[in-house]
Amino acid sequence: MSSANPLLDFVLIHADNSLILSQRLSEWCGHGPVLEQDMALTNIALDHIGRARLLYQYAAELDGTGKTEDDFAFVRDELDYKNVLLAEYPNVDFAYTILRQFFMDSFYIDFLDKMVLSTDTRLSQIANKSLKETQYHYKWSKDWVIRLGDGTEVSHQKIQTALNRLWEYHGELVVPSDAEKIMIAQKIAPDFEEIKALRTQRILETFAEANLTTPSNPWQQSGGKKGYHSEHFGFLLTEMQFMQRAYPGLDW
Amino acid sequence: MTETKINTSRTENAKKILHEVYDPEIPVLSVLDLGVIRSIREVGEILEVDITPTYSACPAMKVIEMSVQAALDQAGLGPVKINTVLDPVWTTDWMSAEGKVKLLEYGIAPPQLSARIKNLSLGNTTISCPQCASTNTVCISEFGSTACKALYKCKDCLEPFDYFKCH
Ligand SMILES: [Zn+2]
Repeated sequence: MSSANPLLDFVLIHADNSLILSQRLSEWCGHGPVLEQDMALTNIALDHIGRARLLYQYAAELDGTGKTEDDFAFVRDELDYKNVLLAEYPNVDFAYTILRQFFMDSFYIDFLDKMVLSTDTRLSQIANKSLKETQYHYKWSKDWVIRLGDGTEVSHQKIQTALNRLWEYHGELVVPSDAEKIMIAQKIAPDFEEIKALRTQRILETFAEANLTTPSNPWQQSGGKKGYHSEHFGFLLTEMQFMQRAYPGLDW
Repeated sequence: MTETKINTSRTENAKKILHEVYDPEIPVLSVLDLGVIRSIREVGEILEVDITPTYSACPAMKVIEMSVQAALDQAGLGPVKINTVLDPVWTTDWMSAEGKVKLLEYGIAPPQLSARIKNLSLGNTTISCPQCASTNTVCISEFGSTACKALYKCKDCLEPFDYFKCH
């Protein structure tokens, strides 16, 4: 669903990407393969919650109808969420989780770097705040792609399987939605073609170093930015929204 | 128009008080050592304090804000207004030299490089062990017990330790 406010739509795409990715990552809490990586996954989840909050606070101001950041996070319906399908993709296993993270980070590292130059001061500040965090995330997810791909026979096979499956989800991030096109024209958002080129280079270099075969299938999934989500999304929302649905307005 | 004043006896008193307000997660660092207090000024009758978050989701920030408010109120320096500012973005470069010494004594390796270096050479910096000062150390995980720390291990004394990451 698109509103009459493309800036609000744009803010929500990226707020929702962070919130939903964070929800997925936090499912790992207490289940990580080793303690240090359990902490890495949940630290990254926490950074994304912080980013989502900054963006939802701005969204609430742009919306101007008295909604709060929590209303955006917890009481919207499935069609109102604009996150990419990649963000909601289930964890499956550590290899899938690493690859999903790498696809997100390899976009955000350049996207945020350019967003610092946004003509929207608030978004520029939030991007500047988030960029350093994403640099750490990117280093971590890239290292793990290489470590698994260039690791044992089993780790290689697991991450190659994840890559073959997730490949069709990586492109949605760099295809601008209608709202994003307006933002690009107004220089609120950066040129997506440039980011796409930088990201493709990061991806290909990393997969080469990890001895992974990049799938040749060019077809890509889309729909998340318009609110059309996968069959997994309803389950995620049911869990994430439970408290506010069962006890509306519940506060600490 | 309301007059804004800095460096008054009230703002100087506030600074003295804030030297005694500590980070709840690293209790040897005061909020001034941490570099999160960006401005203290009198605006009319109100003492305004600008605070910037370390990490976007640092759970200590709310506690820091409440502690600052309470300490200044208790010292009779109120009414106090706390503002959260994002720009310029917090960096470990703002940590005081005194703060870095206190961190080391507490057993946390202080941030090494200037965070201004664009391509953070993450994990490639030599970090000295806060226990035995050996540089024969290894990064176990860039994500540690809190958002601001990485986990290291000393290969000489074999102790694990926290490193306060450059940010
Ligand atoms: Zn040592």
